[in-house]
Amino acid sequence: MIAVARRELAGYFATPVAYVFIVIFLVMSGVLTFTLGNFFARGQADLNPFFSFVPWLFLFLVPALTMRLWAEERRLGTIELLLTLPMPQWHAVVGKFLAAWAFCAIALALTFPLWLTINWLGEPDNGVVLAGYVGCLFVAGAYLALGAAISALTKNQVVAFVLAVAGCFIFAAAGSPVVTAFLTTNLPVLADVARALSVTDRFSGFTRGVVSARDVVFFASFIAFWLFVNNVVLDHRKAD
Amino acid sequence: MEIGCAMHLTQPWGPALTALIEIEHLTKRLGGFTAVDDVTFSVARGEVVGFLGPNGAGKSTTMRMLAGFMPPSAGTARICGADVAEEPVRAKRSLGFLPEGAPTYPEMTVAAFLGFTARIRGYHGAERTRRVARAMERTQLEGVRLQPIETLSKGFKRRVGLAQALLHEPPVLVLDEPTDGLDPNQKHEVRALIRDLAPDRAIIISTHILEEVGAVCTRAIIIARGRVVVDAPPSVLEQTGRSLEEVFRALTTERPA
Repeated sequence: MIAVARRELAGYFATPVAYVFIVIFLVMSGVLTFTLGNFFARGQADLNPFFSFVPWLFLFLVPALTMRLWAEERRLGTIELLLTLPMPQWHAVVGKFLAAWAFCAIALALTFPLWLTINWLGEPDNGVVLAGYVGCLFVAGAYLALGAAISALTKNQVVAFVLAVAGCFIFAAAGSPVVTAFLTTNLPVLADVARALSVTDRFSGFTRGVVSARDVVFFASFIAFWLFVNNVVLDHRKAD
Repeated sequence: MEIGCAMHLTQPWGPALTALIEIEHLTKRLGGFTAVDDVTFSVARGEVVGFLGPNGAGKSTTMRMLAGFMPPSAGTARICGADVAEEPVRAKRSLGFLPEGAPTYPEMTVAAFLGFTARIRGYHGAERTRRVARAMERTQLEGVRLQPIETLSKGFKRRVGLAQALLHEPPVLVLDEPTDGLDPNQKHEVRALIRDLAPDRAIIISTHILEEVGAVCTRAIIIARGRVVVDAPPSVLEQTGRSLEEVFRALTTERPA
């Protein structure tokens, strides 16, 4: 499992994917934080302007990471090699996921200048900041697990990307006021379900510095569920 | 050195294990099409089976099922007594598999790629270094060990695939078109390597180069439309007075009724 993760992570850095991803992520998060987020004008030493954009940035960037996870293996034929090595199939599934997750952690860690800035300008509650970062990691993990499962469905990377963005969007938007208002008037039964399944809603707790067991369990089971789906999809669609 | 099967706690060595590859009534249906239809044969230690047939006859599908990549629709395949569907990890430990087209990760170097497969096979430290070095020596890859695989020629790429299959000294080798796309010298080297490996292993190679069967195989299995049509040593096939090519054409061409 670790061997798969190591190979996969090294693979990111052997291609331009890693550098493009990190640069775009840092530039976009910086620009959004300082312009739309009013980082300075707010006069508060916290990272909330940054955190509020992360789920929406990841919405596009994470599918760009996951689209190649299985689609590329299919295209190269290496899936046949990987899945005939003596390890249970779920080791390959989890290994690939861990590599992509570690990569997102690296990208997030590289936003440390923001953290240095607020510590230099004021006295932020670093516990809240840490909770926010943990929340970002969970959001990334949730999108990654979903995107990886979709990648297993197809050998076309563009299809994998578009479907993953759409899938992540559903879970990101499920808790937005627009959706909640619409469902409350039309389908009240689903309103609570949608809020409960919303990645952004769960994430907002973390940005307030609250790491609740319920939210952690939600993200952990969300990730586990999609990794399980990934494994099942592979069982059924290996060759084509 | 004894080339043993992966350890098993309840049945270490028994008479049932003389055949290292056992395929029984293996069938694969893809949609409405039967790609492999009730195929049965076994391969003992020391045998090199040439798996022949026209394109689309079901050679690769049979090999993929044997390697545990595709689940069979019916029937069983066993490697060293381990059912590939029931005990996939144990079966795969005893198997060296070269998939069709010898796929590898293009951005990795030869040494990194072999190190990766060695790590998954559970070799660490000095043992891993030794295994990788030995596999590269056998397939003459030392000269390109630090080159990314995508920069190598087709012949080298195929040898990287072979090195990966040989790394753990498996008792069973399943090689899908090991000499496809190689020049005559490279073909000769690969055949010499297979002959060298043969005595204490069970080997299946698929090919549509008929001369190869005479050169390395102790037995030829011809498959057409998913079914085994011939299972005999190449010498027996040629004793009928016809060349292997004539036999092949007669058996695998669909005659108008």
